[in-house]
Parts: sequence; structure tokens; C-alpha cells
Amino acid sequence: MKIGVFVCHCGSNIAGTVDTAKVAEAARQMPEVAFATDTMYACSEPGQAGVVQAVKEHGLDGVVVASCTPRMHELTFRRTLERAGLNRYMFEMANIREHVSWIGKDMQANTRKATDLVGIAVEKLRRDKPLTAKKFDICKRVMVIGGGVAGIQAALDMAEGGLEVVLVERSATIGGKMAKLDKTFPTVDCSSCILGPKMVDVSQHPNITLYAYSEVESVSGFVGNFDVKVRRKARYVNWEACTGCGLCMEKCPSKKAKDDFNEQIGTTTAINIPSPQAIPKKAKIDPEFCRQFTKGKCGVCAKICPSGAIEYDQQDEVVGEKVGAIIAATGFDLFDYTRYGEYGGGRYPDVITSIQYERMLSASGPTGGHIKRPSDSKEPKSIVFVQCVGSRDKSIGRPYCSGFCCMYTAKQAILTKDHIPDSQSYVFYMDIRAPGKNYDEFTRRGMEEYGTQYIRGRVSMIYPQGDKYIVRGADTLLGTQVEVEADLVVLAVGAESSKGSPELAEKLRISYDAYGFFMESHPKLKPVETNTAGVYLAGSCQGPKDIPSSVGQGSAAAAKVLSLFSRSQLESDPQVSMVDIKRCIGCGKCIATCPFGAIEAIDFRGQPKAQVIETVCQGCGICTATCPQGAIQLQHFTDNQILAEVNALCQQALEVNFE
Amino acid sequence: MPASAGSELRIVGFLCNWCSYGGADTAGVGRFTQPTDLRIIRVPCSGRIDPLFVVKALMGGADGVLVSGCHPRDCHYSQGNFYARRRLEVLKRFLPTLGIDPKRFEYTWVSASEGQRWQSVVTKFTEQIHALGPAPNQCRSAQAPQEAERSAG
Repeated sequence: MKIGVFVCHCGSNIAGTVDTAKVAEAARQMPEVAFATDTMYACSEPGQAGVVQAVKEHGLDGVVVASCTPRMHELTFRRTLERAGLNRYMFEMANIREHVSWIGKDMQANTRKATDLVGIAVEKLRRDKPLTAKKFDICKRVMVIGGGVAGIQAALDMAEGGLEVVLVERSATIGGKMAKLDKTFPTVDCSSCILGPKMVDVSQHPNITLYAYSEVESVSGFVGNFDVKVRRKARYVNWEACTGCGLCMEKCPSKKAKDDFNEQIGTTTAINIPSPQAIPKKAKIDPEFCRQFTKGKCGVCAKICPSGAIEYDQQDEVVGEKVGAIIAATGFDLFDYTRYGEYGGGRYPDVITSIQYERMLSASGPTGGHIKRPSDSKEPKSIVFVQCVGSRDKSIGRPYCSGFCCMYTAKQAILTKDHIPDSQSYVFYMDIRAPGKNYDEFTRRGMEEYGTQYIRGRVSMIYPQGDKYIVRGADTLLGTQVEVEADLVVLAVGAESSKGSPELAEKLRISYDAYGFFMESHPKLKPVETNTAGVYLAGSCQGPKDIPSSVGQGSAAAAKVLSLFSRSQLESDPQVSMVDIKRCIGCGKCIATCPFGAIEAIDFRGQPKAQVIETVCQGCGICTATCPQGAIQLQHFTDNQILAEVNALCQQALEVNFE
Repeated sequence: MPASAGSELRIVGFLCNWCSYGGADTAGVGRFTQPTDLRIIRVPCSGRIDPLFVVKALMGGADGVLVSGCHPRDCHYSQGNFYARRRLEVLKRFLPTLGIDPKRFEYTWVSASEGQRWQSVVTKFTEQIHALGPAPNQCRSAQAPQEAERSAG
């Protein structure tokens, strides 16, 4: 075998702390290495051309590139090899940037380590075999989890593109957080006027199946062939029959149910439709508050319903859906404001959250669009907004900026002046973060045109005095303590990952960060992909986002799915397990351990044997480590290959001496 | 003794491609300085790791072996790290029988976002191996059998 080794400088990223020429020189001494060189940027066009040229000139059979992480450029170089006429699996990468040059400054130690890593790559490559991909059919249906604005946008884009879409939403209506907003920044558009039509489109689109009030129970399978089980929670109303007339709500005697849509400002009936704009516009019963469930007698709704839709004995139902791709768009939750005890949220009735305030501003909200103090329904004249409640605070484990609170606070202050012209708004802020299009202009308008008073500093304490509240904080620009008398305090709560995100991530086999937000494949270049093929992200489940970004990402995720499905067949990764039929004793241990059901038992001349279904195998290698006979080997990661790497590390490299 | 102060020892790391290898990348991108002793072998999943690899490394001249995969329940292949955990736990208890100090072997879980955690895992483990000193090498030393007996006892 003739091996070529290319040691990349990556500008000064590698060459700054690794002597790449010496690594190449050492590589020339390695077994079967016919050519070794250092190169400025291996991934650049001239860099790749150099690889192609060397393959042809020296008749190379395989290539090692020592550069960055294979998670970045393995595919790039595999394609280069194909252009040079080699099999793409005759390639190994040594990670001498992330794992060497970037984590240590000692040139000698780094050069030694880089040489070792090249050494193990060469040893592995010596045992690599050309592999060819198999093709498999894909199911061209897609599931979107989460019906907020990102999920809606993704679903509509794909449905328009001709795909069958299954949209699963946890609550009883789609629309997410945006549906609860009165207006949006910086245009002061009516939120439900721009989102409402999209919600209706979802319900009417022939390509979209909507499962509201449903949750994903389990996910199995792989790109092109996922099996998803969806739990449709019991609604106690037959949604086929329900027309959404609302008669049941009028007559329901139990009016103490939690009104989630209105963020617990006010209550609702035990049988309820979340909002007048709800999609689907169907009623559901909250059994915790329904007298038929709690007391065993009532039945008013069943008597009054003109379509006989009430079904008190309805049960949860689990439905299976086959899809080829999944978009997670599960959004975010708002920070629990009661965690700041010094602000008195939860204890003082007139200290509310921004989203509760938003419901109050909304004409379809519980107060009909009138701003009222929850305690005495009086119109407040002095309103204090406190920003960064649950953002940029390391002490409560929320060091990140939630991104949109500055803007919605500015918007709410502006709207307040519109609603109550003789009111005065105060905003306690740390910095104003308004980097979007027309955002900074908008906050300035709030200050200049609407007279919002901005006070730079954190609030230390809020306490009641008479029927008012005293907000005490710092003014860091004046360098003094300030106290503002408020009729109403609005806490600009930040975003956190939505409840159950880690559990969903585990079901989807994707990663999540320390805060529970889902991790994209690459923070710069793969913002909507995940590391699991066929699973994409949209909206705030990946990190706090405002509406335009969520919509943009929803469309981006949709585009990814459309491009994935533009092929009729996908190529499976050939790095799969293979059974050596002579060694296999048919014990079936591999069949039992495979998480994907990719191994089947066959009869081979009267003997039981194992056989890998290549298009189902995902290449984890659990079977290989399980097989007592070493009969099932994961291609490209065989026992011999890994042991060769181990040997290369343990025995040779210590003798390499640069002194 | 801090790992960086002495001469390098030979530490082999087996990392799953999805979480820990990504975590080590994240540590690199974040420029989190680490001791240079560890060399990483990439495997698709911690469930791919045959305990034999660890033993071969330790018998063949490695002074320490570190295995790292995805956090339990967070496996890219849904269950691989559970298999790994069982095998590696048994292996850890079995190492003294082979005359290998079990402190020379650790397994951890590091996710792709945990660059800082990876830095501390590497630093801590490297320091632990330096505290133990170079392994009594089974291949190179003629005294190997006795050494094995001694550490087992």
C-alpha cells in the first residue's frame, strides 16, 4: 500500500504551535508512507488540488490528512479522494488542531503528539478497505414537533413543497408564544393578525395532519425511516364532532379552571376552547376542575352540546406515524419569576410578568385590552418594567442573554402610553440590546416620542407601600440609589428551554446544552441540522430567538428536509457491521443488543447465523464489542484497526525524538 | 505534581464520536489548555469499546486509559453507553486480577457542549496518572510477572 500524508498548517492555527515540517518528515519514516508533505491550507482549493495531484503522481492508495477535527472536514477530504479516483473510505484524519495546537503551547510536546496522531492514522489506514454505499428507499413524510411560529412556518413551507406533514403540538392550540402576544416589535403589527391566517392555513392545508394536545411518546428508526409514536391526550370531547360553537363554555358551571392561554390572569371554564383564535377550534375538558370528574355529577356540557361531542370516558390514544425526517420546534418556556424573592413575584398581586401584561394589552385577553391592576382593577399610572429577570445572571444559572426582552419591554412601554396617555413608564435595564433591523430606532422612539424613562441599573428590591409599590434600584449612570413609586411592576422574564427538552432530545437522539437547549450540528455553518441525520431544529428550542429568526429558521429547516427528500433514495453509510459467517456461532447476542433491530437470524445450511441488514445498521459497533467470537465486525472500525491504533500509540511513538 | 511539570506519560483515550470527541473539539475551539499526554482514538460509540482494547493498551505500554462517552440516556445510538457502562465497570473491578492498578483506568461522560468539563477531566486524569508514575511495562520489562503479582496483591 502507498500512503500519502498531508500535514496542514491551517495558517498559524496549527503551524503556530506544531512544527508541521517535522511531523511530515517523521511521517515519511512510517510504514507504507510513500509521500508526505506539509501544506498551508489542506481544505482550500489548492490544498485539495495538491492531494489529487499527489495521488496521481505517486500512485497513492490512501491518504492521511493531519489538520482539524474530522467532524469538520472528513467529508470534504473524502470527496477530494473520490476526485482523485480513490475510494472515499481510504482516508484517515489526524486531529492536530482541536486536540493539539489549540490546547497546548509547547511546540515540542505538540509536535510529538501530532506525530503520534499521524502515526495512529497511518496504522489505521493500512487496514482500511474500500467501502461502497447501499441505497435505500425513504418515506417522504415529515413530522414537525411544536406548533409555534417556527413549526408553523416549517410545516407550511414543506406542505407547499408537496410533502405530507404531521404537526404535533403539546397544547390544545397551535400558535405558541406568538399567539399570546398583542403586538410585535418593531413594527407594532398585530400579532394574531399576522399569525392567525397562518394558523388557519395549517388547519386547512390538505398536506398537513395536525395533532394538537398530543406529545411524542417514542422515536425509533433512522433518517428516511423514523417510526414515531404520538400520544393523543384525552380531551373528553370528540374533536371530529365538536364544531367549536362554544355553547358548552357558556353553560359550564365550573369557572375556576386554570387559563393557561391567558397566563393565569383570570380563570376559565372546566370545558374550554383556549382562545377565540384557537386552531383547532375545539373544546377540551380539564378534568381537575370538571364537576363530572370531581363530583361525579353535572353533565351540563353533554346535555347542551348540539353535536353530542362530549365523551367523558375518552382515553389517551397512541398513534404511530412513519416519517422520513423530523423537525423539532418545541420553543421555550419563560423564566419562573418567583425565583427572585426580592421582587415579590407571586406574593404581590401587582408584580406580574411581561407575558401576563401582554395578555392584558390584548383585546382578546381577559381584561378586553384594558390595563388593570390585578389587585383592585384600577388603571395604573406609574408602571415600572424590570429587565433581565432570568437573563444574564450567573447566580441563578441563567448567564445568557435571552435576546428579545429589551425589545418587548420597549414595545410594552410604547403600548402602555397608547392605552393610558397620562401614564409614565420606567425601565430598569442593564444594557439595551437591540441589534435587529429597525430595533435600535424603535427603542429610541420609546424614549423620545413616548417618554419612557430608562434607568440603567439593577433593581434590588420591590416592596409595597400603601396601595403602591416601591421599586428600589441603582442608577449606575448617576451613581446613586433610586426609588420609583409604581402602581404596577412588570418583570421582563427571560427565556429558558422548554419543559421536557432533555427527555425529547433523548428520544430524538440529539444533544442539548447545559441549559437544555438543543444543539445544532455546527454553531456557524449548520445552524438547523443536528448530529442525527434527518433531525432538524427550528426556533427557540435551539436558543432564545425573536419572531423573524424563528420564522427564518423554520423555513431553513423546511428547505433542508425538501432537499433531503429531493432524492428518491438515500445512500446508507457503508461503515456498517458485517458477519463472518464461518466464525458466527449463531448465539444471537448481537441480535439482542442491536438498538436498531438491524441484525436478523438466518438459516445458513441448517445452521443459525446472524446477518446484518445493511441499510438499517447505523454503525455504532455495539454488536462488535458484544460478539464473543469476533465474528461481527464494524467496517472501518474493526477490532484489528482499533488495536493497531492502540499498538501504534503504546509502542512506537515514545522513541521518536526531535531533540 | 502538576502534569505539565514532569515528562510526558502515555495516556490513551477512547472517545465516542458524538459526545466526548465533540466535547474535546469544543475544548479545543475554546482554547482550554490541557496537558499533552493524552492521545485520542475515535470510536463511533462508547458501546463499541471492547474491554480488550483497554487491557491491550495497559498491557502494551500505556500508563493510563481514559474512556469517555455520552451521558447516560443521551447516546446517539440510544443505548450504547449503557452497554459501555456495564462492561467498563466490570473491567475496572477486573483490572487488579491482571496486575493493573485500576486507578490507571477511568471512564467518564462528557457531552459535546462540555468543553470545560473535558478540560478538567483530562487535567485531573493526567495528574492522577502522573501521581502513579509510569506503568510497570508488561512488554518491555522482564520483571513483568512479578510486578503483576505485586500490584494484584
